[in-house]
Amino acid sequence: MALILTPNITDPDGFYDELLAAHEGLDKDQSDALTARLVLVLANHIGDRDLLRLALEAAK
Amino acid sequence: MVAVRYKTAFTLYPYKKVPEQTGTPVRHPVVIVGGGPVGLTLALDLGKKGTPALVLDDHEGAGLGSKAICFAKRTLDIAHRLGAAQPMIDKGVIWNVGRVFHGDDRLFSFDLQPEAGHRNPAFINLQQPYFERFLMDEIRRVQSQGAPIETRGRNRVIGLKTHADFVTLDIDTPDGPYQIEADYLVACDGARSAMRDMMGLSFDGRMFEDNFLIADVRMTADFPTERWFWFEPPFKDSGQSALLHKQPDDIWRIDFQLGWDIDRDQELQEDRIRARVDAMLSSQTGEVPDYELVWTSIYTFQCRRMKEFRHGRVFFAGDSAHQVSPFGARGANSGVQDAENLAWKLDHVIKGLAGEPLLDSYSQERGHGADENILNSSRATDFMTPKTQASRLFRDAVLNLAGRHPFARPMVNSGRLSVPCTYQGLPLISADALDGPAATRPGAACVDAPVGNGFLLDLLGHDFVLLVLGGSTPPDMPELRLVHIPDPTPELAVRYLGGNSGAIYLIRPDQHIAGRWPGIDARTIRVALDRALGKD
Ligand SMILES: Cc1cc2nc3c(=O)[nH]c(=O)nc-3n(C[C@H](O)[C@H](O)[C@H](O)COP(=O)(O)OP(=O)(O)OC[C@H]3O[C@@H](n4cnc5c(N)ncnc54)[C@H](O)[C@@H]3O)c2cc1C
Repeated sequence: MALILTPNITDPDGFYDELLAAHEGLDKDQSDALTARLVLVLANHIGDRDLLRLALEAAK
Repeated sequence: MVAVRYKTAFTLYPYKKVPEQTGTPVRHPVVIVGGGPVGLTLALDLGKKGTPALVLDDHEGAGLGSKAICFAKRTLDIAHRLGAAQPMIDKGVIWNVGRVFHGDDRLFSFDLQPEAGHRNPAFINLQQPYFERFLMDEIRRVQSQGAPIETRGRNRVIGLKTHADFVTLDIDTPDGPYQIEADYLVACDGARSAMRDMMGLSFDGRMFEDNFLIADVRMTADFPTERWFWFEPPFKDSGQSALLHKQPDDIWRIDFQLGWDIDRDQELQEDRIRARVDAMLSSQTGEVPDYELVWTSIYTFQCRRMKEFRHGRVFFAGDSAHQVSPFGARGANSGVQDAENLAWKLDHVIKGLAGEPLLDSYSQERGHGADENILNSSRATDFMTPKTQASRLFRDAVLNLAGRHPFARPMVNSGRLSVPCTYQGLPLISADALDGPAATRPGAACVDAPVGNGFLLDLLGHDFVLLVLGGSTPPDMPELRLVHIPDPTPELAVRYLGGNSGAIYLIRPDQHIAGRWPGIDARTIRVALDRALGKD
């Protein structure tokens, strides 16, 4: 499977909103921690090591 | 004079003057410097094969104090082949339940229920001096039946000179110095290897700047036989991590990771140690049980290896060749595998059954094992002691999630238990010709399985074996011992056949798999056997 790098989220504005809302009221450390947890949750959902490697590359 | 560098727990090989100490130097086929777990395993393996082994150690037995406690299945399988495992299992503690804490939180517990159909458990806890003693007991037993093993205590090697095809050693004893010669020398003389220094060889790697306080406590109170591990323990001054683990004789191993910048003398004061231990032992119940401190020390560690484990006629095995952090119990466990890897190769070359190239494969195969161990123990260390902001961020994220979601638990790393490496892709191992289970691919150590009333590993023994499973007709090969199991048990079929109805495995004397096929002719097996003997 290839890493999807074309638009894939329905309602991108709504998602973006929810992402920011999740960080509301958090200080920098708490926000960083939330982001790290989110990365791990998503990574586990993907599971495939090759895809994860591609995602790491794409994010750099 | 031979100085005493440490106290011994048991006397195993007391000094006795031998006639060789006067007169011209005597030549020995194999001399082993160091009678620790690695040197003793090597001597026993060689001696059982009938190849003479002389062990020199500057002490008279196993060192007192806390070193290895966790011995893995592969080590027990090797000890079983050598006839020394039963007392280890009888004495050792078997545990299954582990608990992981982060600060005050209990994150999760796990139950390592062993997989059925193996003779030996996944690991036992046993103090290293017992491990050495049980090896020595077996050495004494086979010596009395004529096995050519000799051990000389208080024989310190103080000089080493290499020649093209032998080595000269200067040895100091309570009766003064003498010289011997060795066709092959194996340095099993530990992390501070004097042999390595005498040969001017380097030992490079990564130093982890951390101090660990070990306290072994005797406690008869009713306390669960579990492994407890804390990240950022909540008890006062207890450092980055802490571990509680059961050993035989009502002894508990406690480990506190104290950090780099500490005052060692102060940390070793009894009242300070007791304050920490009290806090740990009472953390779950609120009560401090009665206990006695039997051993305390502070240690630091490094992860490093020699570039080559063979230098002409000199070999390095165990801690002299490589050193890892104790997380994952890889020191003695990997050293015992070095010994077994080298034993059959030296034996074959000395008996003229193989040539010198076979000996080079020792450094390739065990170097590969050392790299894997260093990788695993560095990863555990990075998880336990995050070195950067980002690594702390993700470490804490894993711990936080692990308390709530099972997916994060496998990422929690407080040391991965030692399992044998596979030698797949290295020169002695033939390409995989069977679409079979990954666990038994060529290069892997044989996985045990029930056979009749016993176990597979018992049938394999100490030499090359052709294991024929299922209906395949065994090829006619007088030079190989044949083990034919026409009707494999379900476990054996799952572990060795996968979806196939039959298979043929070529197995080395160290019970690693040299090649496997769905069923083949004698010629293919002969090619694989030659390759496995480095004749290719
Ligand atoms: C705190 C701690 C916990 C550990 N836990 C574990 C664990 O749970 N599991 C595990 O597998 N490993 C563990 N280890 C590692 C394990 O103890 C070592 O890997 C193991 O002892 C190495 O065995 P060895 O035979 O190579 O060397 P050693 O045990 O060091 O033996 C070397 C021998 O050579 C002798 N010698 C040295 N110089 C000379 C000389 N010049 N002449 C003659 N003799 C000489 C010494 O006296 C000694 O007897 C732990 C280590 C520590 C410190």
